[in-house]
Amino acid sequence: LVCTRKRSLEERRVKANDREHNEKFQYANNCIVTSKYNILTFLPVNLFEQFQEVANTYFLFLLILQLIPQISSLSWFTTIVPLALVLSITAVKDATDDYFRHKSDNQVNNRQSQVLIRGSLQNEKWMNVKVGDIIKLENNQFVAADLLLLSSTEPHGLCYIETAELDGETNMKVRQSVSVTAELGDPNNLASFDGEVVCEPPNNKLDRFCGTLYWREKKYPLTNQNMLLRGCVLRNTEACYGLVIFAGPDTKLMQNSGRTKFKRTSIDRLMNTLVLWIFGFLVCMGVILAVGNAVWEREVGSLFQSYLPWDPPVDNFMFSAFLSFWSYIIILNTVVPISLYVSVEVIRLGHSYFINWDRQMFCSRCNTAAESRTTTLNEELGQVEYIFSDKTGTLTQNIMTFNKCSINGQTYGEVTDPLGKQPKRLDFTPFNPLANPDFCFYDEKLLESVKVGDLHTHEFFRLLSLCHTVMSEEKSEGELVYKAQSPDEGALVTAARNFGFVFRSRTPGTITTTEMGRTVTYSLLAILDFNNIRKRMSVIVRNPEGRICLYCKGADTVLLERLHPCNQELMSITSDHLNEYGADGLRTLALAYRELSEDEWEAWSESHRCADKATDCREDRLAAAYDKIEQDMKLLGATAIEDKLQEGVPETIALLSLANIKIWVLTGDKQETAVNIGYSCKMLTDDMTEVFIIGGHTVQSVRQELRSAVVCRLQNTAGSFRKMRQKLLYISGEFALIISGHSLAHALEADMEAEFVSTACACKAVICCRVTPLQKAQVVELIKKHKKAVTLAIGDGANDVSMIKSAHIGVGISGQEGIQAVLASDYSFAQFRFLQRLLLVHGRWSYLRMCRFLCYFFYKNFAFTMVHFWFGFFCGFSAQTVYDQFFITLYNIVYTSLPVLAMGVFDQDVPDHRSLEYPKLYEPGQLNLLFNKKEFFICITQGIYTSVVLFFVPYAVLSDATQSNGVPLADYQTFAVTTATALVIVVSVQIALDTGFWTVFNHMFVWGSVGSYFTIMFALHSQTLFRIFPNQFRFIGSAQNTLLQPVVWLTIALATAVCVVPVLAFRFLKLDLKPQLSDTLVRQKRRKPGGRSIGGAWRGTGSVSEGRLGARGGSRRSGYAFSHQEGFGELITSGKNMRLSSLALANFASKHSSSWIETLRRKKTNHTPPIKSVSCFSGVCFSLIILRSAL
Amino acid sequence: MMASSYKDEDGHITVSGSGAAAGGGGGSLRSKKPENTAFKQQRLPAWQPILTAGTVLPAFFIIGLMFIPIGIGLYVTSNNIKEFEVDYTGVEMSSPCFTCSQNFSWNSTKPCTCSVPFHLDQPYESNVFMYYGLSNFYQNHRRYVKSRDDSQLNGNEESLRKPSKECEPYAKSNNKPIAPCGAIANSMFNDSLELIYIDPNGTKVQIPLTATGIAWWTDKHVKFRNPGAENTNLTVVFQGTTRPVNWRRPVFQLDSDPDNNGFINEDFIVWMRTAALPTFRKLYRIIQRRSNVHPTLPRGNYTLEVVYNYPVRSFEGRKRMILSTISWMGGKNPFLGIAYVSVGSVCFLLGVLLLIIHHKYGNRNNAAEISH
Repeated sequence: LVCTRKRSLEERRVKANDREHNEKFQYANNCIVTSKYNILTFLPVNLFEQFQEVANTYFLFLLILQLIPQISSLSWFTTIVPLALVLSITAVKDATDDYFRHKSDNQVNNRQSQVLIRGSLQNEKWMNVKVGDIIKLENNQFVAADLLLLSSTEPHGLCYIETAELDGETNMKVRQSVSVTAELGDPNNLASFDGEVVCEPPNNKLDRFCGTLYWREKKYPLTNQNMLLRGCVLRNTEACYGLVIFAGPDTKLMQNSGRTKFKRTSIDRLMNTLVLWIFGFLVCMGVILAVGNAVWEREVGSLFQSYLPWDPPVDNFMFSAFLSFWSYIIILNTVVPISLYVSVEVIRLGHSYFINWDRQMFCSRCNTAAESRTTTLNEELGQVEYIFSDKTGTLTQNIMTFNKCSINGQTYGEVTDPLGKQPKRLDFTPFNPLANPDFCFYDEKLLESVKVGDLHTHEFFRLLSLCHTVMSEEKSEGELVYKAQSPDEGALVTAARNFGFVFRSRTPGTITTTEMGRTVTYSLLAILDFNNIRKRMSVIVRNPEGRICLYCKGADTVLLERLHPCNQELMSITSDHLNEYGADGLRTLALAYRELSEDEWEAWSESHRCADKATDCREDRLAAAYDKIEQDMKLLGATAIEDKLQEGVPETIALLSLANIKIWVLTGDKQETAVNIGYSCKMLTDDMTEVFIIGGHTVQSVRQELRSAVVCRLQNTAGSFRKMRQKLLYISGEFALIISGHSLAHALEADMEAEFVSTACACKAVICCRVTPLQKAQVVELIKKHKKAVTLAIGDGANDVSMIKSAHIGVGISGQEGIQAVLASDYSFAQFRFLQRLLLVHGRWSYLRMCRFLCYFFYKNFAFTMVHFWFGFFCGFSAQTVYDQFFITLYNIVYTSLPVLAMGVFDQDVPDHRSLEYPKLYEPGQLNLLFNKKEFFICITQGIYTSVVLFFVPYAVLSDATQSNGVPLADYQTFAVTTATALVIVVSVQIALDTGFWTVFNHMFVWGSVGSYFTIMFALHSQTLFRIFPNQFRFIGSAQNTLLQPVVWLTIALATAVCVVPVLAFRFLKLDLKPQLSDTLVRQKRRKPGGRSIGGAWRGTGSVSEGRLGARGGSRRSGYAFSHQEGFGELITSGKNMRLSSLALANFASKHSSSWIETLRRKKTNHTPPIKSVSCFSGVCFSLIILRSAL
Repeated sequence: MMASSYKDEDGHITVSGSGAAAGGGGGSLRSKKPENTAFKQQRLPAWQPILTAGTVLPAFFIIGLMFIPIGIGLYVTSNNIKEFEVDYTGVEMSSPCFTCSQNFSWNSTKPCTCSVPFHLDQPYESNVFMYYGLSNFYQNHRRYVKSRDDSQLNGNEESLRKPSKECEPYAKSNNKPIAPCGAIANSMFNDSLELIYIDPNGTKVQIPLTATGIAWWTDKHVKFRNPGAENTNLTVVFQGTTRPVNWRRPVFQLDSDPDNNGFINEDFIVWMRTAALPTFRKLYRIIQRRSNVHPTLPRGNYTLEVVYNYPVRSFEGRKRMILSTISWMGGKNPFLGIAYVSVGSVCFLLGVLLLIIHHKYGNRNNAAEISH
């Protein structure tokens, strides 16, 4: 048995359809448990967890101390009431959380799946699925466990999956079964399948799997290509069968969901430090008072023995001092009251609800409200300095739209309406029944031109309908669905479709289109595929008339070089257009064609075939062959595709940078795309002094590039030394840094990271492209490490999860496909632009409120507690409390909690629209001005001052005073009531001063607290309670006896004035001489309620809503970025990815296929550098499937 | 502390059943748009007080102008109150009580008496209150304060027989429960003071002292009660208990008046109301005003006759006798008046100072500040 155990750790053996055999290994079943408790374990486990918190244990320790009569200076209930309150609130919260976990577990575990049992398909719950079972999946179903794909309804055992839940990629991926099992097909055969899989133990590597299938005495290697992982969704595949390899907690999905890192805010950390300091202070006070006690007991107490002997175990003053130390720890512990933590949580919870409730962060299109998934980070939203943003899906919608085009020197798509009316969308249906109704275009001229029959326009769209690698699917007549590898291509082909050149279908050797209502079939002679170096693709087609034509589209830089010299004039016009498009942040593409004679084609075809068959340097040879034919082309025009930004992205970015927040874009996309987006969302502008591009592949080159960037920056600064003062302010505003993933890998190494950080942080914009999810996290960690700044990461896909988890605050874009990012995030909402509201409004308010809350909270507790310290000097350091013990119990939880909570929840200094108009208001948070160590010392100094006043004013007044009937006022109970009342009134006046925004709740709580103090005091000092518990309610009659005395009220008024007047004077001076922006705004609002004009003007200079026109005439950037991989053309011409039915039409597939499989195989073996980016993954997948099927 | 946040680790919350959506449902999708209420949108109507020169400076002046006259009034009132204090501890050799203070023992059966002569410069009108004052006596010590059983003092029979643990070590003596138990009761002040007026013609007139009405009403009528409510014979009621160690008489012999005996003896009640500070005074007797014509205590020579029972020398304590008249605000209290006048003036001056600062340096041009 030991032997099998051991082996099972190293490898996993799964036998299909043999539950008995598999049970031996005790693999986890498919039941998932994320909940922590059940009904029985809840109380002990939860209490155990709670007492792991230092604060709770500390209070438990205090409670135990209080049970020792010699030490107990307070009754046990002064601690147990708040402690019980805290523990139960937390327990309730934990219980609710766990209830929802149970619910979601149940929901998942009870999903139905079809399991092959004893030769027939039976419905089973997910949780009953066992390792070794064969289950059937249908289209659009979630994969229940990690499966080995056995067979599918598609040819070659292919099936398509969407892995959005797993890695965030929304494009489809292909998986293929091992060919022997693919033949099994239907359930009857599968029931008798008894192969055994030996594979690696469970791990969390999503892109790796390694195992072997043993069946009928043969071995078949298994890779990740054969696996369907839990969390994926089956798409475009009717059904498939899979063998369960890993189930439940062993699945890669669950293995990947590590425990979420516990995030703490900087205020939390500061608070913990301060609490430690306060403990130190507490111990100091305890020591001082204990020493005092020793001295007193020796000098005075020993003489006083006849009246007051020591308690039995105490026999000398040292022991007495020791006990007195602990007694003082008990009564002074209220400097760090347990209610601090609870109140902070309550306030944060309130802020979280306000975020959830914000209508202005609600996206009505996807019906998603903002959600604050963590309730502990709110105030940190007001301190963010760095934002790390994903691009696709976050800044952009990942929707490409055909926006403009230039045909034969005529630009289309620019709709300028001086009246600013909404331009009319063109209606294509009457003209073209095959048009896609979703397509939007506004320029009528282009449609006119097509209708008129302009040759150039026709050729332009013909090119678009032919030169691509899109696949089409026509379910019923006219209902076309294009499957494009890149959204760019999809947009172009759809544009052509709407303008009357409809791509209908393709076979490996033909392309069928409908041109202006007429069906035309072109024979496809060659696809000159795209790659990164060529930056263009071409097709060579023969039209029905027999004319051979080469159509080419590609980046303007490469394409314009290859034009026929006679195109000069057109080229310059088109070039201007391209510049315009580029400046608008559009992705441009130049189109050209060339007619070939039969001879030319034959000659080239021969050389191409030659190059294709070459065994060495095939790629170079092919490229040379392609290069040869793509010459002397005629320019047709250019297209401009808009990578649609999310709503309001440029405005948000501008606003956030005005708020001094640095935004870094981290994307897996290519450099061109990333830069383009940088321009279109105004992160990069043409006014920038320099855009550093770091793309080196070696350590040296990266270092070199970084250094030169630094030098360049210094030179620029030095050169304009006269404008130094201005420069210093804007020094970071003039540079941008673009770094690619492979360079980043070097830059992140230990010896270079400091250099990288300093350069990058000096730049206004930083764009990291081609970065892996891990690198995203590394960049975030780097800034966290070097800058001590608060970071925020925002993203939508699973590739952003690591970054979201490692940043201080993670934000997920919800409402998109895939929810991994949202699940990992702390906040989620549907649109990037909500970020400005989250940070500038909610974050700012949260920070302000939390700071004000903490300042006041420490103040009030010091004012409360330090009175005991002063009293110690007058009561023989005996740890006698000044106040009634009920007052001590209730002070923090009843008398003073609600007003400060109301302030912490509702306070506002400026209204929300003001924070958006004046982003500078965000700065105090970043600089941490409102609550830091200095502010803390001011608070506690004020608290201590108040305590001095509260003790010594009654002391001075009452010591000789008498009631109006001659009874002295200096008895303990009168003194206690007077001090307590003065304290409650002083702290209430203070909160009234601190509250800047008096809602009805503030009024209710402030007045209510003072009212409740008097009510409760009179009740506690009443005869009724005394009669029942004479030993507990000793203060009977004190309230009315004391508060009826005018002297007492005069004392309270005096103490209040002495406490408040200096504070008032200081605040006034600060406001008058050094007003903050927010103060000024509040006052300004009062002065002129409609004073938005100033704000508006000011805002205008900040280029918040600068239109596109502002950036006109900039540099040209060719932004065409195919997001698909090369090799696709070969896939098409081989026909492998086409259905059998369509293959039947084309019988010459095999001729091509052998050759390109060879090349792929070679490519595979030569391709040494590992593929880092997950996005490359899909392309390689495709190649691999084909490779397998060929074997 | 309760910072756990709920995150679903398995990504299965949303079921994007694109296939099922077409068939099932059909009902209108419930909008999740948050409600548009002032509370949820944080637009509650609110009052925003701002500290401006227009509000703060007048406040200072008003406080100043209110406090100064109050202070003056208090000061004048306090000055009109007559107070006389005599220390009879007997520390110095010359002091008449020196002998008594030297030869003190709790167990001595023979009381030691001494007379302290003093002179009143002014006649004392209306009621005069007579206090005894103790210094350096820590009635506010924690162990002292808690050493009592209020249940026993409230007349609870059970507590009478079985005093609370808090009373230790004064809970039992010779295996009998002590009534009243505890350190406070045990250390009760037991000097008796008599006041004798020496007429200008030499005759000694004893001033009549009232011993009742010196305790809080609630103390006398609610907090303190003798056990055995119906039984007026306190000797029977307190049978089985013993007197506190330092006492010479049992509790039921404190006074001959049954309404001022036992636990409800007012001297006892006054003592049991512990003082807040180590130097304190307690009301001892009231000298009632007799007629409208003669002052209660005419100016002249007096003697304070002390039966010296209470030792304070051991802990360097002092004993005083205080005579005081009273006003609406109680006894003499010069501090309050002075404090009010000074706080008022400081406020006023602060107001002036802030006004000057505001005019000279104050930031009144806010718009310029913003546009930067």
